Amino acid sequence: MAAKVLIVAEHDGTKLNPSTAKSVTCARGIQGAEIIVAVFAAKPDAVAAQAAQLAGVTRVLTIENAANEHALAAVLAPQVVAVAKDCTHVLAASTTFGKDLMPRVAALLGTAQISDIMAVESANRFRRPIYAGNAIVTVETDPAATIVGTVRSASFEAAASGGSAPIEKASVNVELPTHTRFVSVSAAKNDRPDLQTASRVVSGGRALGSADGFKILYSLADKLGAAVGASRAAVDAGYAPNELQVGQTGKIIAPELYMAVGISGAIQHLTGIKDARTIVAINKDGEAPIFEVADIGLVGDLFQIVPELERLIG
Amino acid sequence: MKRILVGIKRVVDYNVRVRVKPDGTGVVTDGVKMSINPFDEIALEEALRIKERGGAEEVVIATIGPAECQQQLRTALAMGADRALHVQADGVVEPLVAARALLKLIEREQPFLVIVGKQAIDDDNSQTGPMLAALWNRPQVTFASKVELSDGKARVTREVDAGLETLEVDLPALVTTDLRLNEPRYVKLPDIMKAKKKPLETLPLNTLGVEAKQQLKLVKFEPPAQRQKGIRVKDAGELVEALKKKGLI
Ligand SMILES: Cc1cc2nc3c(=O)[nH]c(=O)nc-3n(C[C@H](O)[C@H](O)[C@H](O)COP(=O)(O)OP(=O)(O)OC[C@H]3O[C@@H](n4cnc5c(N)ncnc54)[C@H](O)[C@@H]3O)c2cc1C
Repeated sequence: MAAKVLIVAEHDGTKLNPSTAKSVTCARGIQGAEIIVAVFAAKPDAVAAQAAQLAGVTRVLTIENAANEHALAAVLAPQVVAVAKDCTHVLAASTTFGKDLMPRVAALLGTAQISDIMAVESANRFRRPIYAGNAIVTVETDPAATIVGTVRSASFEAAASGGSAPIEKASVNVELPTHTRFVSVSAAKNDRPDLQTASRVVSGGRALGSADGFKILYSLADKLGAAVGASRAAVDAGYAPNELQVGQTGKIIAPELYMAVGISGAIQHLTGIKDARTIVAINKDGEAPIFEVADIGLVGDLFQIVPELERLIG
Repeated sequence: MKRILVGIKRVVDYNVRVRVKPDGTGVVTDGVKMSINPFDEIALEEALRIKERGGAEEVVIATIGPAECQQQLRTALAMGADRALHVQADGVVEPLVAARALLKLIEREQPFLVIVGKQAIDDDNSQTGPMLAALWNRPQVTFASKVELSDGKARVTREVDAGLETLEVDLPALVTTDLRLNEPRYVKLPDIMKAKKKPLETLPLNTLGVEAKQQLKLVKFEPPAQRQKGIRVKDAGELVEALKKKGLI
């Protein structure tokens, strides 16, 4: 049977999330796959137009419904199941969006899910990290079952643009629950690059000591055109907001340059940066585990080094 | 009775550096410290706090796994859970199987709230909670960092990639926990003694009418690729030079 992959687009109502382009690349690893991107939204046109440009996409489906204004897993899941009726694979990015939605889809389909796909070995054989990335397991599914998976964005390049897939309206006839209601979202607005897609990231840990202390990293990041990240300890202590957390339970990122400042390098943190091209560590403890993964290590006091770096780069 | 059901999993302790067996058939677990999955501890802590505030009358904990899981159930009872249910199952328990078993327990116990961790730190699947909510046909709020209950409803703040999102759901509902929801209490010695007398019921998986079907074949386990050894620089000036050489600034 020819592979037919449905990718659930992630978006904020106006912009397609870059992780969707990475899921497309993952899907292209499945030989001969027809790739369909489904946009569930209140007004899907703008997002659909962006999805249609991704190279490799065969078709874009729009499922327009006022109930789809906010991404609520309980509302989306039955619609995804309806749209995926004759698909062999259903994929979404392994972001908080995909992690929330896809297991709900898998359960409705009665199928196992493959989380955090990092490599496609065949249409029904994949590799994924477990134990905070300390082991990689190869899993194989029954080829006759619908395969539901989430895609580890850091493992795939974004699909190029330049495509022009047709956009079609789809209607689904399923009853949607009203038991879940969106109230609000608070996202810090800033002009810095997005942590998940930035090519440079400056990240800080507990050593920054306070929210005020953390500001020296923002200032260095601005000089570098970098996004800012944080360890869990820094977020827990309130030095940085939760959306900056990098690691097993935060964001998994793959920048060209990752600077870990005053971060010890716990395994849960390292999981989030394994795919960074160059890791720089600045830490006053020469024995800190972060140095085991650092390409460039500098032992010293960050409160002296960071301002000096800023001056030298500036 | 106003009841909260909490699902917990026995996992390799988060401080253990996990290693792949040389023959690639799994990871080394012999003689390794096992604990309650940290996110599930947070789930239990939240349930206990709700009960202590008068928002629930009973906290029931459940796990699916081999006989050794009873150690973790006892720890959970010592933390303050009232009763434990052990669904006995040997071998791999996939999230969908766990969700099906937990659904049976929901049907039996009729909780108004179910709390589980957002992911287990062994296979990092992050699936059981939403799967259970789907089978139960009830609301889910994943990655919770704040839970507020009022008559028949829950208002839950969740940690999402964009920041913090708040949802309102009708009860009964399922919540999965994120790290910042609370800080679990430590178990005190007298509580460990008391926990020995608390009820712990064992239910073999098949008596619940759930099949232990494994859908994913685990073909092989490998250690992750190692990074190449790096260099040390002695000051900020050398660091800037090194970055320039790599074309990074
Ligand atoms: C289930 C679970 C999930 C987790 N998920 C994550 C996750 O997603 N992300 C994450 O980051 N963590 C996670 N953690 C936490 C993780 O185990 C560590 O506790 C955390 O990463 C430590 O943060 P840190 O490196 O900032 O702090 P610390 O470990 O306290 O390290 C601070 C470092 O700063 C250095 N330092 C101090 N002062 C200075 C100075 N003046 N100049 C230079 N260096 C200095 C110290 O030498 C030390 O190495 C998780 C833990 C658990 C249990």
